[in-house]
Amino acid sequence: MELILVNVIDGLVTGLLLFMLSAGLTLIFSMMGVLNFAHASFYMLGAYFAYQISLALGFWMGLLLAPLIVGVLGAGVERYGLRRVHQYGHVPELIFTFGLALLIEELVQFIWGKNQMPYDIPDILNFTAFSIAGNSIPAYKIFMIFISVAIFIGLLYILTRTRVGMIIQAALSYPRTVEALGHNVPLIFMGVFGVGTALAGVAGVIAGPVLGTFPGMAFVLGSIVFVTIVIGGLGSLWGALVASLLIGWLTTFAKSYNIEMSNILNGIGIVTPSNLEDNIFRDLWTVTSPQIADILPYILMVLILIFRPAGLFGKRHT
Amino acid sequence: MKKITKLGAVSALSMIVGASAAFAENIKIAFIDPLSGPFASTGTNGLHQFEFAADYMVNDDGGVLDGQKFEIIGYDNKISPKESLIQLQVAIDQGVRYIVQGNSSGVANALTEAIDKHNKRNPDSRVLFLNYAAVDPALTNEKCNFWHFRFDANADIKMDALTDVIAQQDDIKKVYIIGQDYSFGKAVSAAANKFLGEKRDDIEIVGDELHPIGKVKDFTPYARKIVASGADAVITGNWGADMLGLGKSVIENGFDGPIYTYYAAGSGITAAFGESGKDRIRLISQGGINPIASEEARAAYEAFEKKYPDGNIDQSRIFNVIGMLEKAIEQAGTADDVVAVAKELEGMEYETMWGGKLYMRPQDHQLIQDMHVGVHTDENIDFDYDQSGFGVLTESTVEMASMDSPTTCEMKRPE
Repeated sequence: MELILVNVIDGLVTGLLLFMLSAGLTLIFSMMGVLNFAHASFYMLGAYFAYQISLALGFWMGLLLAPLIVGVLGAGVERYGLRRVHQYGHVPELIFTFGLALLIEELVQFIWGKNQMPYDIPDILNFTAFSIAGNSIPAYKIFMIFISVAIFIGLLYILTRTRVGMIIQAALSYPRTVEALGHNVPLIFMGVFGVGTALAGVAGVIAGPVLGTFPGMAFVLGSIVFVTIVIGGLGSLWGALVASLLIGWLTTFAKSYNIEMSNILNGIGIVTPSNLEDNIFRDLWTVTSPQIADILPYILMVLILIFRPAGLFGKRHT
Repeated sequence: MKKITKLGAVSALSMIVGASAAFAENIKIAFIDPLSGPFASTGTNGLHQFEFAADYMVNDDGGVLDGQKFEIIGYDNKISPKESLIQLQVAIDQGVRYIVQGNSSGVANALTEAIDKHNKRNPDSRVLFLNYAAVDPALTNEKCNFWHFRFDANADIKMDALTDVIAQQDDIKKVYIIGQDYSFGKAVSAAANKFLGEKRDDIEIVGDELHPIGKVKDFTPYARKIVASGADAVITGNWGADMLGLGKSVIENGFDGPIYTYYAAGSGITAAFGESGKDRIRLISQGGINPIASEEARAAYEAFEKKYPDGNIDQSRIFNVIGMLEKAIEQAGTADDVVAVAKELEGMEYETMWGGKLYMRPQDHQLIQDMHVGVHTDENIDFDYDQSGFGVLTESTVEMASMDSPTTCEMKRPE
């Protein structure tokens, strides 16, 4: 029972981290209609910048400055890269962001090398907040939850309650009308791209010390972020939140409990074949939930695409 | 006077041309390992150690035979068996006769099979497979072949030595085994079960599981299970990012027992563990670094640090690969006839600067050597890893570990 609570907290941390990445990505998608393949690379840049800054100025300055730098870089990429490519259509845009992801990975390896960086949790947060039946919950995880919830509330407030948010929302759906009303739409696009990448940067800064800061970190998270926004519905902030939490809990629980496929199959009335060694379904019978935990989100994505192609909260694009 | 200088210059030039013509081509050694992706750091550090060892031990001393130099060429296999076979073909086409590989037994299994086939079909371009780190026991048992030589101790030998140490710890009653889901992880688990059962049948194995290799983002759920199981010790064969992720997560989430590992050192792992892993992480390895085994080794390590200030010699067996290959080529008198070189390697005894004697067992091509169990600490460290002040201090040594261990290998030798 206690373990369930622990897993709920762990899943929440994983989910919220995923949310910070997917929020930016889904915003950018609804704006430009293009998937930013380099999004996870900005997450990686956030971690590396924060590590470098933390060496000189400490963790907290890293948390403050690194996302800003990443955001400015992101805005620069939009202004001087994507905007020029945009006129040639979506495919060149995709290829551009794909190339950018490769370029950033090489660049990171060139500057920092291929080793893990010793980027660590700050001492002030390096203690056990509380423990449940011997399972300690590090204070840093609580800190991660607070940061991401604060960002979600802030984002939601800006998008739905402020004038800037209204203009952004309007610009996303009817850019020409908004432009005709005298607003600088390209500037809004650049801003949204910058904020989106800065969010990825924040995720990198706070995930770097726990998930490791190494050149493969973007690759490891890259695909799952796309899965998240497809499940949640492309362009929907709420969808991104729900899908992130869903994936966080799904994978955490699947890994924590050794549910065997044979039990499930027996449960629905299929009898275990007597000679399992020679059976063609042997692999299916012997699989356990931790082994397939990381592909469960992909299975979920396929199901969503079949039964609700627009995603959980997505509006069908016309 | 001028004429004489000219004559001298011309003759000197012709001598150089003549000499370089007399030198045969470099002896090319293909390094097929991950140089990109999640395991890039492990692969790249291995490549650096090979390049350094080749220069330091062979090329700077004038090479082998009539001055032939060792040339290490890196091929990125992205840790994929499929990609490795492509790279193997590329390497063979470029005239490579010696393949070195180590990261992932999955790759090694694919390579050894492909090399066996290739050598049968192409007697003119045969290659040798010098495996410096892939430790799946199958490679020197049922899957053994004449072309494969293993310079690291296999998973069984390592686990035999490691469980000797665990068996002496009376307060360990429950053990959790976790590893990567492929042939090596399974081999570690099987060996741990077998040896613990033989040596301490009172130890309960409270968990035995595998996770996807290189794909786990967050090890927290696994750490929770380990803590919940009440384990006193953890045994893992994880390496690269999987080792660091697992170790950090287990420590952060409240596990306070020892973690017995195969590969928790170097490539940034030591630095990242730092203080949190002190006296907690133990690992089994060959080669004495702290205390350093010999003055020769000290000189080699210092020269390495000069060339790669942020690198480590965390796989000193790489020097043994180069040293033994050099000796075999010298004794065979040829580098092109790999059968002759392989026959020299078989049964070779070699004094290594990293301490002790090496013996390449002829019946299965498994190198027999001293094994050390060390602890991650910052005390009494001569050579730290990752410039972190922390390193691995040898606590106990098993000489010529598993010298008489059985093998199912039936070696077929070419005539």
